[in-house]
Amino acid sequence: MSTVSASDSSEQALASVVVVDYGLGNLRSVTRGLERAGADVEITDDPEAFADADGVVLPGVGAFREGVENADPLREDLLEIADSGTPLFGICLGMQMLLTTSEEGDNDGESAVQGLDLVPGTNVRFADGQKVPHMGWNELDVRRDHPLVEGVDGRYAYFVHSYYAVPDDADATVATTDYEREFPSIVANEAGNVFGTQFHPEKSGETGLQILRNFVEICSQE
Amino acid sequence: MLTKRIIPCIDVDLDEDGNPAVYTGVHFEDLEYTGDPVEMAKAYNESGADEFVFLDITASAEGRETMLDVVRDVADEVFIPLTVGGGIRTTEDIKETLRAGADKVSITTGALERPELINEGARAFGSQCIVISVDARRRFDEGGEHYVEIDGESCWFECTKKGGREGTGIDVLEWAREAESRGAGELFVNSIDKDGTKDGYDLPLTEAVCDAVDTPVIASSGCGGPEHMHEVFTEADADAGLAASIFHFDEHSIAEVKEYLDERDVPVRL
Repeated sequence: MSTVSASDSSEQALASVVVVDYGLGNLRSVTRGLERAGADVEITDDPEAFADADGVVLPGVGAFREGVENADPLREDLLEIADSGTPLFGICLGMQMLLTTSEEGDNDGESAVQGLDLVPGTNVRFADGQKVPHMGWNELDVRRDHPLVEGVDGRYAYFVHSYYAVPDDADATVATTDYEREFPSIVANEAGNVFGTQFHPEKSGETGLQILRNFVEICSQE
Repeated sequence: MLTKRIIPCIDVDLDEDGNPAVYTGVHFEDLEYTGDPVEMAKAYNESGADEFVFLDITASAEGRETMLDVVRDVADEVFIPLTVGGGIRTTEDIKETLRAGADKVSITTGALERPELINEGARAFGSQCIVISVDARRRFDEGGEHYVEIDGESCWFECTKKGGREGTGIDVLEWAREAESRGAGELFVNSIDKDGTKDGYDLPLTEAVCDAVDTPVIASSGCGGPEHMHEVFTEADADAGLAASIFHFDEHSIAEVKEYLDERDVPVRL
């Protein structure tokens, strides 16, 4: 178990947030972004820290299978967090892992890899002939109310992905984005405490910081 | 709708005291001091940059360490994507660069010399962070596999190493396809012929690469103003346009380039 404190003590934190460290990639930006949004951040793979936090961020870059497998030891803890009503925020691959499964995990004839099934549905690949990955800045079209999307309708966010979420329940879609087809770019569960963005808020400039501030605000009400 | 990206490129070198410094050159030579990388990044972010590319042009151990410090400092201040290149040869190099706060690594020679690095990097960290960079050179001889017509002459594009100083005999279009099939998530296309000239991107090169692959393509080398960005987006279908000197020397601001493109119906993030 490793626990790294990355807090910025210069200001009074609005909420304590845990960033789940289940593997590789750039956790620095999401940590700094959350701090900028007013959170006290801990990067950890210690489930006990999850339970004490006001909110949990499931980050993610890379492949679905690797992500799910790396996060597998924490599966029960993450499900418990979701069940307890604590905000759980999946980013990019972290969002895809909130769904049930993915075409990506299904390759090489291996059996389907199970996601967390907190937002039932499947992640599917963009069509052949489209430029993949969908990489760059694209527009958010907010479809329904959710505190996460306060003030970001019509703004641009930074995406990098080859698969997109298709929730079973259309109401799970909070915002969509157009990349030769409309796909859900923000999803949330029915209770509202489990949600995810396909784009990277920590890489989406001022719009992204607004989403992180919204998230910290949600956490502070816990 | 997905927007076209405007990306300033920042070449990081060391000054006499070993501090990070930015220099800008012509044809990959004759470098001129232009500023502090972190300050530049902050200013470009304010002006609407969509992303940054940082290149360690020292190709030394000291340069690498300095570069990682620069990446950490920039990643703490600026919340847009960072691509870092220069001297990346192993998965360990990729890992430490991502850990420092980079979102993508750009690999040139390391992948030409050992193409498996692309597969390894994509498997471990995801294709989205593996950018394969080519330094292309126009060749008007028999050695290529794919030819385009330029000013009535038959031309192919050769991959070079060491900033264009060394040829490889490898056809850029073949290499682009191979890189894509091995897991590259983006291609970064430089032109030795156009670098520093400010008379426009190598459009035939950019177009040929865009046609050859499905992965996003960043056009680089030769941008002298907003009209060149417009050209490379509308005529060659590049996904992103990279420029260095026009931004560094304040000849054109990023905001000005975006306004120019927006007026001509090229989708940009405003």
